[in-house]
Amino acid sequence: MNGAHDLGGMHGFGPVAPEADEPVFHTPWERRAFALTLAMGFTGQWNLDQSRHARETMAPAAYLATSYYEHWLFGLEALLAARGLLEGASSGLRRLDADNVAQALSTGGPTARETASTPAFAPGDNVRARTIHPTGHTRLPRYCRGRVGRVERLRGAHVFPDSHAATGDPEPCHLYSVRFAARELWGPSAPTSDTVMIDLWEPYLERA
Amino acid sequence: MHDHEPDALERRVQELESLLVKRGYVDPAALDRLIETYEHEIGPHNGAQVVARAWTDPDYKARLLADGSAAIAELGFTGRQGEHMVVVENTAQVHNLVVCTLCSCYPWPVLGLPPVWYKAPPYRARAVIEPRIVLAEFGTDVGMDVELRVWDSTAEIRYLVLPERPAGTEHWDAAALAGLVTRDAMIGVARIAAP
Repeated sequence: MNGAHDLGGMHGFGPVAPEADEPVFHTPWERRAFALTLAMGFTGQWNLDQSRHARETMAPAAYLATSYYEHWLFGLEALLAARGLLEGASSGLRRLDADNVAQALSTGGPTARETASTPAFAPGDNVRARTIHPTGHTRLPRYCRGRVGRVERLRGAHVFPDSHAATGDPEPCHLYSVRFAARELWGPSAPTSDTVMIDLWEPYLERA
Repeated sequence: MHDHEPDALERRVQELESLLVKRGYVDPAALDRLIETYEHEIGPHNGAQVVARAWTDPDYKARLLADGSAAIAELGFTGRQGEHMVVVENTAQVHNLVVCTLCSCYPWPVLGLPPVWYKAPPYRARAVIEPRIVLAEFGTDVGMDVELRVWDSTAEIRYLVLPERPAGTEHWDAAALAGLVTRDAMIGVARIAAP
């Protein structure tokens, strides 16, 4: 969806503002919102792409006016409500216990998958990021749509976020690192030397 | 906007946690453990060990650039938000910079959780369209004869920048070198100054 989260290339936000000796969390609620999000993710009631999509559904003005962990909190509350988990106790949810935290974190959630299909593109191929505007979750940034780049590397087949968020179907697709000249993306004011590398799944691309 | 005041947020999260604990969905001790892990155990000191090892062990550096996940796992750093690691090397010809314009993807096992500026709109908006101006704000000047290569972390590949080893450290061992490596250099917004 063309939400406020798709920030690449926007103007007007002012300078980047690093904080000296920044703490990992700034308030107690940030700690708990972070941990609740990870722990509830472990219950298997939604996947990572669905949790990203939940944050993206925040109204654009609210998204831009709130902090990162407020986005997380909004997304968590939205998913809990959508799954009906706030009204009554659901049995059979997988629960993350303290003793399992280290193991769960060190295992993570790899997204690489086997697939029988052959990659449509090879390194060196010119590809165009499709001009499409999916209304659900997508990881195709607006700023590269319609632009031509070159396949730099194949990254293997990975869970496809669009279908994974929409239906839970991982629908593995080939993933490519695509190199775009900064000039192709931004026009003649960009230095000729500069490039942007974007990881794009095969359904986002067409031959150019 | 009273919902966004700190007290309102503290109450909102406390109430949510109480409810989720009551329902049996979460273990409060697991929440404590998650927080401790990222506040005290996982952080940029992990990535600094990877970089220092690469600077002092050419075979390790070759493995790191060929298969980041496997080489980083050799040092014990694996898992969540670092399942598929790619390491990109800064040289005299190429300066790499990492961003996630769509959310705030970041290599947790080697850098910990991202700083606020990495997650906030100015960096996510500007790193792809005017990276040299962003770098200048960090005090980092990249010559026009150098390719500035920005990596937008749109998939589950997580990027770690291997910074250039500073001059004057030829006789330093890996432990001493690790002390020089900064988070910002491993994101690509800074270089590592000569000691």
